[in-house]
Amino acid sequence: MATTLAKAARSVEYAARLEHVSKSFATPDGSQLVLDDIGIDVAPGEFVTLLGASGCGKSTLLNLVAGLDKPTTGTIHTDGRPALMFQEHALFPWLTAGKNIELALRLRGIPRAERRGKAEELLELVRLKGAYGKRVHELSGGMRQRVALARALAQESRLLLMDEPFAALDAITRDVLHDELTRIWSETGLSVLFVTHNVREAVRLAQRVVLLSSRPGRIAREWEVGIPHPRRIEDAPVAELSLEITEVLRGEIRRHGQQ
Amino acid sequence: MASSETTTGPTTDSVGAGLDALETTQSRRTPFRKTLVDKIIPPVAAIVVVLAVWQGLITLKIVDDPTKLPTPGAVWGAFRDDWLQGKLLGYIWTSVSRGLLGFCLALVIGTPLGLLVARVRFVRAAIGPVLSGLQSLPSVAWVPPAVIWLGLNNSMMYTVILLGAVPSIANGLVSGVDQVSPLFLRAGRTLGATGVRGTWHITLPAALPGYVAGMKQGWAFSWRSLMAAEIIASFPDLGTGLGQLLENARTASDMAMVFEAILLILFVGIAIDLLIFSPLERWVLRSRGLLVRG
Repeated sequence: MATTLAKAARSVEYAARLEHVSKSFATPDGSQLVLDDIGIDVAPGEFVTLLGASGCGKSTLLNLVAGLDKPTTGTIHTDGRPALMFQEHALFPWLTAGKNIELALRLRGIPRAERRGKAEELLELVRLKGAYGKRVHELSGGMRQRVALARALAQESRLLLMDEPFAALDAITRDVLHDELTRIWSETGLSVLFVTHNVREAVRLAQRVVLLSSRPGRIAREWEVGIPHPRRIEDAPVAELSLEITEVLRGEIRRHGQQ
Repeated sequence: MASSETTTGPTTDSVGAGLDALETTQSRRTPFRKTLVDKIIPPVAAIVVVLAVWQGLITLKIVDDPTKLPTPGAVWGAFRDDWLQGKLLGYIWTSVSRGLLGFCLALVIGTPLGLLVARVRFVRAAIGPVLSGLQSLPSVAWVPPAVIWLGLNNSMMYTVILLGAVPSIANGLVSGVDQVSPLFLRAGRTLGATGVRGTWHITLPAALPGYVAGMKQGWAFSWRSLMAAEIIASFPDLGTGLGQLLENARTASDMAMVFEAILLILFVGIAIDLLIFSPLERWVLRSRGLLVRG
């Protein structure tokens, strides 16, 4: 099954490359700098989490990478159009779970005859076999996010952007979805750029954690996460690194109080 | 799938399956008994009370002038006579066919108009306020100019219907489009639904609840406008619809027939709503989980 989603490695050496990216918004008292000189490379198949306190412009950055907004200065290159998953499931309530996935396929130009089969296959990948005809409101929060993941995967992008996709879920459901995401990532060879404010979640999932400072958002520090898979969020190495990152994050936040 | 090192253990799988089972809502059908008690008995009881009060007014001689208030029996007699003479369905059909045809025309005009107002800023600024203002203009006001422009014929009737229903339908679509969640538009854009494809796949289906509400109101306005037109501009060559029936009854001072016509106008309007628009609205809302079962 993995082969239908994973494509052979291409000659591009990055899934996303951000160079000197800055973004400011116009406000009543002049322009406000939200992101300042961000440079990030996401390698093909790499899992990167962007971590930061509120006001660090995480979601703004993701919108820029997704192409929903343009940077004020700097350049962003991605290997094709990235898929994006939101904190809210953003599934269309007028379509069934299966048809939501088929719409993504249809907008990519997949012929009608192939759509149904592919949609079923994707639902099976997120362990929702049999949910094809279910309406969105008939699914639980965790199931909705899994359908949203399947819909994002249907775009067959090389890069998956995730904007705090599990923040609204309860701890146990989130735990299950972490396992699912790790499994799907390793099966498909997808690159993931995952935004969160939850330090443990960032360490649990990522190969690399990028910490952003707040107002304006700058890259404060990066950590390589060498903890082998399978990981669990309560594992000692995860907790240890989380503690270290939390201390730095606290320092960043404290700086704002002193200014 | 099993080859991967990171494959989740059986524990997580069963936890996930358990969570799915716990959080999935089960929808079931309402039993007929409940429908009977909740939906059917209350309106029937209300009708019985109204009939009893009506008959009481006459029996107790509170109103004893039959040219002012006929007995329920006399009104029933008027219905029965028209039915036995085979005229009743003819009256209904004349008006209903006009009303529905006019409504369909209003749909054909109101839908693109609503889309234009919703999506093109210049058009919205130009005619948006007029369009919503027109809704509060009683459509009976259009009858005199329509008669002068077009004469006493069916095009006059359709014109009045259109002027009554088009603003409702267009406004319904506009408010439906305005209420589309920005999240759906963003999600649509990341999936590649932009421009016309975005309108077709995302905006229009997302705006459907507001559009259907506009259609419902549009039908009510069509029916009212048509009745106003038929009452004011009654002309033998036009055929007898329910409005003409009411006007003829008034000229003949036949109060039982007046009541017959009013009740027909009321029931036909309600029946079309109950048979077409309410089921359509319920279907749209239920399929989105927006309708809570009582």
